[in-house]
Amino acid sequence: MRHIEIAKVGYEYAGTAGPVTALREVTVDVATSEFLCLVGRSGCGKTTLLNLVAGFLSPTRGEIRISGRIVTGHGLDRGVVFQDFAQLFPWRTAQRNVEFGLEMRGAGAAERTETARRFLRLVDLERFAGAYPHELSGGMQQRVAIARALAYNPAVLLMDEPFAALDALTRDEMQRLLVDVWAETRKTVLYVTHNVAEAVYLADRVIVLSPHPGTVVADVRVALPRPRDPLSLAFLEYQRTIVGHLGGRG
Amino acid sequence: MRRSGVRTVVGALVAFGVVALGWEVFARSGSLPPAITPPVEAIAAALARMIGDGTLFVHVGYTLGRIAAGLGLAALAGVPLGMLMGRFRPVERFVLPLVSVLSPIPSLAWVPLFILWFGLGNTASVALVFYAALFPLILNTWTGVCSVNRLWIRAAESMGARSGAIFRHVVLPGALPFVIAGLRQAFARGWIAVVGGEMIAATRWGLGWVIFDSKEFLNTDVMLGSLAVIGLLGLGVERLVFAALERRTVERWGLVRRTSA
Repeated sequence: MRHIEIAKVGYEYAGTAGPVTALREVTVDVATSEFLCLVGRSGCGKTTLLNLVAGFLSPTRGEIRISGRIVTGHGLDRGVVFQDFAQLFPWRTAQRNVEFGLEMRGAGAAERTETARRFLRLVDLERFAGAYPHELSGGMQQRVAIARALAYNPAVLLMDEPFAALDALTRDEMQRLLVDVWAETRKTVLYVTHNVAEAVYLADRVIVLSPHPGTVVADVRVALPRPRDPLSLAFLEYQRTIVGHLGGRG
Repeated sequence: MRRSGVRTVVGALVAFGVVALGWEVFARSGSLPPAITPPVEAIAAALARMIGDGTLFVHVGYTLGRIAAGLGLAALAGVPLGMLMGRFRPVERFVLPLVSVLSPIPSLAWVPLFILWFGLGNTASVALVFYAALFPLILNTWTGVCSVNRLWIRAAESMGARSGAIFRHVVLPGALPFVIAGLRQAFARGWIAVVGGEMIAATRWGLGWVIFDSKEFLNTDVMLGSLAVIGLLGLGVERLVFAALERRTVERWGLVRRTSA
């Protein structure tokens, strides 16, 4: 079943030297519970596409539908995780950060506490419920952000290079955790990254975007069983294919 | 941390000791008449007298009351105004030129006018504190609202927060470090204003009034004693009230680092 439909979407913005086309004729369908990675070099418009789906921007051409409804702004059917650790509210504990969406939805105190606990447990941070963000490591902060984006139960999870600012070891750990969380929650995930290995590790499908203007150049289905072994030949073969589509050494 | 704290206190005591000793030598040297250069023990005796008959506490009470009233009113007016400026461009365009012109005028320059408008007494002093404290509060709050991290707002929006909720749950706490900085500045300016204002505009009570009144009788010991009280009180409020406020909020949230005591 198609969950997210991105149909012939174009996005133009006013640059210093006239209008710039960031995206042209982008068409992508994402199935329910599918994990889709958007891969491309910097400036290929992958973050712009994510922001369009999130509703932070509006497409200048085409349209985006989620569960059949046209996206006109942000909504509680989508949860967003950003790259920057600073996305958490510093004046709220991990617990209260995770409660935020529920609070906005008007959930009662007991439900908020219980749900937030459950999602902190899901990202393995229950012990740190009372900690303020600055007391947590970068990886822990991103885990809180994931729990926060999931807690109000959106059907779609949008992630913009959430692990790009982490060290390699922590990143591996986080990727494993994310696959577990996804397997358990069955969300539809749209995940932006420039890291090909990360995309092959995480995704059911990898969409490759090329820059100037951003267009879809490849749609690769990763037919590997999970958990995936990044050192297996098949894994490396997928990486090679995608790097080939990126047009260079990636 | 603790060791450097002890060192700071010892350093401060030594510094004050040296100055007191220098003053003592100068006072006893007879280069100026003893009546206008009282030695340290005379100053201490004057303070002890004022403490003994309770008048010091009344003076301190009046001065603190005036600054609390002026600062409180300024916060009630300045913080919302700064918030509105940060949120609505037309308000910013309207208020900013006024603030820019009024803010550099020393509050004491208004004293004669304030006496004509409000008469001698509490009202003039409170109005003076209000004037001195208002602009740092407006400007800092406005800056605070403008510098709230866009990402917090995006995150809140994505979780279904509408503009009212964003204001209450994101902009207000996000701007708080600046508001507290504004309060600190406002207190510093208000403290100067209240003492200066009391000299001219107050009747019978207030630390500023006591200094000015002592001039009539050449009570230089009372004057110097009151000055010491003014300095200590200003420092005390800064340390006890504002430092505590910061520890409980912005420092706890990691938004500002602890400043050394």
